[in-house]
Amino acid sequence: MSQTDFRAALLDPDLPAPNGLTDPQGRPAGRRFDVYRNNVSVSLTEALRTAFPVIRQLVGDEFFSAMAAVFLRAHPPQSPLMMFYGAEMPEFLATFEPVSYLGYLPDIARLELALRHSYHAADATPVPTAALETLPPDQFVASRLEFVPAIRLIRSKWPVHAIWQANTRGGPKPVPQAEDVLIARPEFDPDPMLLPQGAGDFIAALMDGQTVGDALEAAGQFDLTATLGLLIRCGALARIIPGELS
Amino acid sequence: MLDQTAKQNLPSHPGVGYKAQHFSNIIDRPDPVKWLEIHAENYMGDGGRPLAQLQHLSERFPISVHGVGLSIGGETPLDRDHLARLKHLCGWLNPASFSEHLAWSTHDAEFLNDLLPLPYTAKTLTRVVTHIDQVQDIVGRRMLLENPSVYLDFAETEMDEIDFLSEIARRTGCGLLLDVNNVFVSSTNRQTDPYAYIDRFPHHLVGEIHLGGHDEDADDTGAPLLIDAHGSEVVDPVWQLYAHTLTKSGAKPTLIEWDNDVPDWPILAAEAERAAKLLQKVAA
Repeated sequence: MSQTDFRAALLDPDLPAPNGLTDPQGRPAGRRFDVYRNNVSVSLTEALRTAFPVIRQLVGDEFFSAMAAVFLRAHPPQSPLMMFYGAEMPEFLATFEPVSYLGYLPDIARLELALRHSYHAADATPVPTAALETLPPDQFVASRLEFVPAIRLIRSKWPVHAIWQANTRGGPKPVPQAEDVLIARPEFDPDPMLLPQGAGDFIAALMDGQTVGDALEAAGQFDLTATLGLLIRCGALARIIPGELS
Repeated sequence: MLDQTAKQNLPSHPGVGYKAQHFSNIIDRPDPVKWLEIHAENYMGDGGRPLAQLQHLSERFPISVHGVGLSIGGETPLDRDHLARLKHLCGWLNPASFSEHLAWSTHDAEFLNDLLPLPYTAKTLTRVVTHIDQVQDIVGRRMLLENPSVYLDFAETEMDEIDFLSEIARRTGCGLLLDVNNVFVSSTNRQTDPYAYIDRFPHHLVGEIHLGGHDEDADDTGAPLLIDAHGSEVVDPVWQLYAHTLTKSGAKPTLIEWDNDVPDWPILAAEAERAAKLLQKVAA
């Protein structure tokens, strides 16, 4: 019997146990095969529960398990690194009909995935707090900013930070608005921070490798001082690459 | 590379599977635990707390790296990226031991997250030998291969498990990891004698013993069906089988595996203490 047949029956409960698998008396394996079926679906469901605690809270435990059963058959893991399982969850949630009325779920899943990746990202020493103060303004405008590996930016037309906060730390009821979230990892625990209005465009441009000047142009009105203060305080910057003065 | 003292062998004392919630217990008062085992895959990120904790622990304890995702028994070629990650982890950590399972879990790049069984035939033997040669070559160290928990038989099987494992060890030079709970689970499920299995096992090849808890179920005919679950205490019949094993093998590094519903430290330490008492009674 091939592992292809074994695998097919493993993920499809409607298929019988493959031929050639038996109990000690040579009778068909039956429930004995179900042990493997159960191990696979329970362990993958558990991995998804660990990865998406806020999604689980939002849709309820029972619904989440039923949804996980659909997800894990459509998207079995492609790597033995279970800590990164579930990369397809945002797209899955965007097209999974029973949750189509919860438009913000895909972005919450993106936020939860980003937290996981931030947690496991490489360590780095951020630039010191005074790093920006020593640069002459025109040189600063020509500089590029390099971010530490644990930094993630999540941009959403939904109040993702407020929803995350309300479901983890008991924050106030979210109001409908677009929110940009910066995830930093000051030491070992990733921390999602709500960005000042408009700062998302600026940070996205910087992450894209644009100079501070070009990023300022790409962004609309926003509080530059507060945003730079936040980047420095949360240890977001790995390096300031001084620009050439023209 | 970390501290070279980690290079020592695993001591013939109890160890436990490391769980992050026990970090401060282990640093403050590890007794009677003398070494730790980690699941390789949980330490394959690029940084952060898992690797920082592991580095800290490796300066105090011998570490055993136990892989659960290599799929040595798989029909498809071993995942080269995963081999590279194992090589990197073992190179960085310089662990006292490295082990994996006689099982498969990956098929056509799909990872099924369970230790799936294989028939014991000349063909599967050749495949496992080729894979272990490749692992030992790339990771650059001898590995231990663990006997599985099985729930069913393959009609096509033509060798018994001990002959299969012994022949793999002979051809590859690998050692063996004897999971005594797996012996009890598989023997019960296959309706064979676990003591006969232990008596025939090539104990001189064993570098480590595993003990863990299992669940009880029944098959379609009502026959007992034990399930390897690592979520409870080691049961008395497995402790008795372990004591019998030690009379055959002498003292060996012995791991308490508890991966699900992980208990508070005192409960885990009490399991390790029970192993320590049995180990003290036999010569190494």
